[in-house]
Amino acid sequence: MTPGRRFRIYLLEARFQFVEVLREPMFAIPTLAFPLIFYLFFGVIMGTRGVSLAVPTYVLATYGVFGVLGPALFGFGAGLANERDTGVLLLKQTTPMPAGAYLFAKVMAALIFGAVVVAALFLMAAHAAGVALYRWQWFALAGVLLAGVIPFCALGLAIGAWARGRSAVAVVNLVFLPMAMLSGLWLPIYMFPDVMQDIALALPAYHHAQLALKVIAMDAGQPVPTHLAVLVAETLAFLAVAALGFRRADSFSMRRSR
Amino acid sequence: MQARQAHAPSLARLSRVTHRYGPVLALDGLDLEVRSGEVLGVLGPNGAGKTTAISLLLGSLQVQEGVASVFGLAPGAPEVRVRRGAMLQISGISANLTVREHVELFRAYYPAPLSASRLMAMAGLEGLARRRYGKLSGGQKQRVMFALALAGDPELLFLDEPTTGLDVDARHRLWSEIRALRESGRTTVLTTHNLDEADALADRVMVIHNGRRIAEGTPAEIKSRTAGRLVRCVTRLAPDAMASLPGVVEARTRGQHLEALTTQPEVLVRELLARDERLADLTVVAAGLEEAFLALTKDTT
Repeated sequence: MTPGRRFRIYLLEARFQFVEVLREPMFAIPTLAFPLIFYLFFGVIMGTRGVSLAVPTYVLATYGVFGVLGPALFGFGAGLANERDTGVLLLKQTTPMPAGAYLFAKVMAALIFGAVVVAALFLMAAHAAGVALYRWQWFALAGVLLAGVIPFCALGLAIGAWARGRSAVAVVNLVFLPMAMLSGLWLPIYMFPDVMQDIALALPAYHHAQLALKVIAMDAGQPVPTHLAVLVAETLAFLAVAALGFRRADSFSMRRSR
Repeated sequence: MQARQAHAPSLARLSRVTHRYGPVLALDGLDLEVRSGEVLGVLGPNGAGKTTAISLLLGSLQVQEGVASVFGLAPGAPEVRVRRGAMLQISGISANLTVREHVELFRAYYPAPLSASRLMAMAGLEGLARRRYGKLSGGQKQRVMFALALAGDPELLFLDEPTTGLDVDARHRLWSEIRALRESGRTTVLTTHNLDEADALADRVMVIHNGRRIAEGTPAEIKSRTAGRLVRCVTRLAPDAMASLPGVVEARTRGQHLEALTTQPEVLVRELLARDERLADLTVVAAGLEEAFLALTKDTT
């Protein structure tokens, strides 16, 4: 396959993946609208009542994590499970489509949706809530938030490799909302009991949020290498779990349609 | 046509292929050959192993025992993928993309695709380009799948139960499209559980039952074996005696009944009643495909 054609397949696959998800209200509403509505309410309306801008600044970082997490889990995890269930993936595997194009498309779609949410949050924060950051902080925060696509897509891949069809949406919801809460995305975890704080230390969204909060000097004070090490280790673990799931599925996939 | 194809080169084959899903034996030493330019009908009841055979030729299942090859290569090889198209039994593709978008995406996978307008015409999708897949009727959805299978201008086409769930009109329309492909020199492997469909389309029919080939021939030859009636009764006559009666294709014991597949049911029934005055529980039914399969299958268990 020529590099030009390969590039075109990657591009088209990504474009249609994006369009497909954009047209799905079940996806667009929770993943795009929720973080923005939350920010409007807790960041702009409630958060600007006091003298300090601590709340709108804090939740800018944590809702940003929430905004990147949603598309990765719903688009990648639930989307993959659905396409394996309907047989789309089986059909595409009989064509010359490179497998990499399929994964690339899913990651790109999650990245673009994440970027849209982050951009909208930034606009609301700067213009409606009056959050003031240094220019480097805006850029660094955006970069850290969007990098979260990597561990979260790996988690989505692991869920998509094991869960089937509609049950994947349920699994994603069971992961998405509790993890968001326990990772301190809605309320800082020092407000939680000790047990819940311990759980947070195991969650990728907690470590990602801490990195984002570090940019605006509102993190809990653990060192950056700790957060990075946990995120890298968990990403690798998710990929391994996904690989196991695909291997298991290979020996069973035709069973139901024989 | 038949004579020519008998000598036509082989495009794809399965040799002594055995396949298991856990404890379930899906294919049992199956041999299958696809010859250049033909429409091969792979016929069998549900669960016979047709889809498993196709999946092995598509490389979407790994061969466990035996050999599978397409164009002399491994079925999953990249060189094979660009020359082959497939229509699978899947529940659907993305509901949110339009027909045109699906076609455009699949065309991009191939080095020398058919033009989008040609595909739309071949699959009878004119006027539906901007319609979302999810809004199409069952027949229209199948036609989109057909267009996607043709996107790369394939030499070899696999159609796995292409008309399942279609009404008569939609089925006949797809049939004429498949015939047109044959005229254009393409080779098609078609699985079906419908003898009429195999009869209407195939040059050669292979009947699979319980993962084994039980018959092979022209549609007319296969049909002649299913044209009869199944006569069933409780009698003291032995199967061997029954088999020697006029018109009997096959006779065997099944439980306390004796079953005979015959082309002349009236003659057979008259003979039976004459020979065994205590004959009881007599039924005569049309030998549908299932009965024909049973008759064609020697019970080895």
